[in-house]
Amino acid sequence: MYTYTDFDRDFLRARVAEFRDQVARRVDGSLTEDEFKPLRLMNGVYLQLHAYMLRVAIPYGTLRSAQMRKLAEIADRWDKGYGHFTTRQNIQFNWPKLSDVPDMLDALADVDMHAIQTSGNCIRNVTADHFAGATPGEVEDPRITAELIRQWSTDHPEFAYLPRKFKLAVTGTEEDRAVIRFHDIGIRVRQQNGEIGYQVVIGGGLGRTPMIGKVVRDFLPRADLFAYLEAILKVYNLSGRRDNKYKARIKILVHETGVEELKARIEGAFETQKRLLPDLNPDVVNRIHESFAPPAFKETDFDPNTGQTPPLQAFIDTNTHPHKRADHLSVTVSIKPIGGTPGDATSDQMRALADIAETHAYDELRISHEQNVILPHVHRANLPAIYAALRDAGLATANIGLISDIIACPGMDYCALATARSIPIAQQIGEAFSDLDAQHDIGPLKIKISGCINACGHHHVGHIGILGLDRAGVENYQITLGGDGTEDATLGARTGPGFAYDEIVPAVERLIETYLDHRSSPDETFLALYRRLGLAPFKAALYGDTHAKAA
Amino acid sequence: MTDQTQIITPEGFAEDRFAETPVPTLEDYRGGVAVFLPVNADPASLAPHFSVLSLIVVPFASSADGRGFSLAAALRAQGYKGHLRARGHILVDQFRAALRSGFNDVEITTTQAARNPEAQWRAVPLGTGYQSRLFAA
Repeated sequence: MYTYTDFDRDFLRARVAEFRDQVARRVDGSLTEDEFKPLRLMNGVYLQLHAYMLRVAIPYGTLRSAQMRKLAEIADRWDKGYGHFTTRQNIQFNWPKLSDVPDMLDALADVDMHAIQTSGNCIRNVTADHFAGATPGEVEDPRITAELIRQWSTDHPEFAYLPRKFKLAVTGTEEDRAVIRFHDIGIRVRQQNGEIGYQVVIGGGLGRTPMIGKVVRDFLPRADLFAYLEAILKVYNLSGRRDNKYKARIKILVHETGVEELKARIEGAFETQKRLLPDLNPDVVNRIHESFAPPAFKETDFDPNTGQTPPLQAFIDTNTHPHKRADHLSVTVSIKPIGGTPGDATSDQMRALADIAETHAYDELRISHEQNVILPHVHRANLPAIYAALRDAGLATANIGLISDIIACPGMDYCALATARSIPIAQQIGEAFSDLDAQHDIGPLKIKISGCINACGHHHVGHIGILGLDRAGVENYQITLGGDGTEDATLGARTGPGFAYDEIVPAVERLIETYLDHRSSPDETFLALYRRLGLAPFKAALYGDTHAKAA
Repeated sequence: MTDQTQIITPEGFAEDRFAETPVPTLEDYRGGVAVFLPVNADPASLAPHFSVLSLIVVPFASSADGRGFSLAAALRAQGYKGHLRARGHILVDQFRAALRSGFNDVEITTTQAARNPEAQWRAVPLGTGYQSRLFAA
């Protein structure tokens, strides 16, 4: 994985010093609150309901054990002993004091980490497939492109004060685990006649106006990537709406301008950029390519039956993903214990994960956008030891991809924008389906919960999406069905009127009963059944037959 | 520059070398040496005048509005070689971005200059950034 050069380190230290100075200038009145706000946001400091929050960047979700240990140390020293992994592969600390933030940033810089561009109207921390470099079927490790994008977008002079936030995601496979169709720019690494290039998608997004991104280039030669990205950003920066923050994302520009017209403008800007932008520095590029060379995989003769137990087998069946090497697997560690807060990990758990990665998994960890932690490279011989260590740390829940592997935004428990609670709904669903055998019987199911229409819980792409709203001071939860954030990108369809706080979990139970009653066989997943039968049987279960017919 | 504004160059607070030059709006521009270019204008519309223009002023209505940075970069990309000035609400913390986008100086109100004295502008590190390293072929 990428290790910092002296240039990167010098940049980070200068940036921390600059932020320390900005905080001091805010305190002495040189900066007004309005002037300070974009500066603190682009350094990861966000004002929540009860306190400031520090969002730390984990570029493309990749971490070493030393970095994970530092996150644990920061959680203990400046926060309340835990952190929250986010849907953009970052980690948030919910309780820092503003005056402590520069020291926290210095501590992060000790392990080549930062909080740059994790908030604000700038190009955000870039995300990538969490199985990058490990999964079969990859054209190339997407982190090579993601790291180039990180360097290009960091402190870019032109694009730090955009109309609104701007998110990029990269995948290297035809399967899409990086949700590229729902990003401002989604990038898929492709190969054509032996040449590497990119499919480019723009204008996707969730939020209050969900849109599926549109393909603007099916194959962009690799050498043209930055001229093309700069062209998109230039057109967006100059013509994106600034009169209404809810209409300021590029998806609205695409929608209001029309994709063909906008594409023509982008191509015009691209011709100029292509002529002017010098080639990439080959030293930088080569170094990045070398950094993502796979680790020296262990060659061991082993007996797959050694240490095998039924619980371990259940864990392997649920929490692993095939690796490009037959003797390895990728292991997903669930940060969704039954009844817990999705994505929250204690400092002890972070240290346990760091130890496991260092001892058994080539010192590498990933954060997934589904708020879990991944050991991307695990030799099968190490599975019993890893499982035992995870169990000791309370991290062995075998529920990946199942009903209790829920994405939930912080909701009213933390967020100033939220209109309803999300975390308690996730906890109650987990408890209602606490029996793991029953969860396995229900099979693959993605439930995603947002506590307001800004959709941080990605409810539009949940197989079951739950959106918490405020109806005259009372929480009300709407349900959408059939959403899908993968290569089959689909927005969920609303079932009808919402449910009260104490009605939503029983409503989810009725949806599951309906699925179990109607599926043609246990192999037919919830999503497949929904695609076959549509909303009707679910509406009948939620609202009764009469209502379903009337609707 | 008026009595109410202050010019800042990479060297610090400076006199306005264009103090005597009238700067018409784009609407009133008749092919002279200076023009005030609003951020919603098409920079290409000025391209025929680049050879005579020696000053283009780009407004920053608010420090949160970053259109001026892209406009400056576009003017440079299209071949404008004259003086480029950012006028309005530009933060000390945006000085580096302004210079890197192609501006020669910035012009702020004297009220802001009182709040952001010269020392703060001179303290801005202007060293190279990621982009100049990445594209150093």
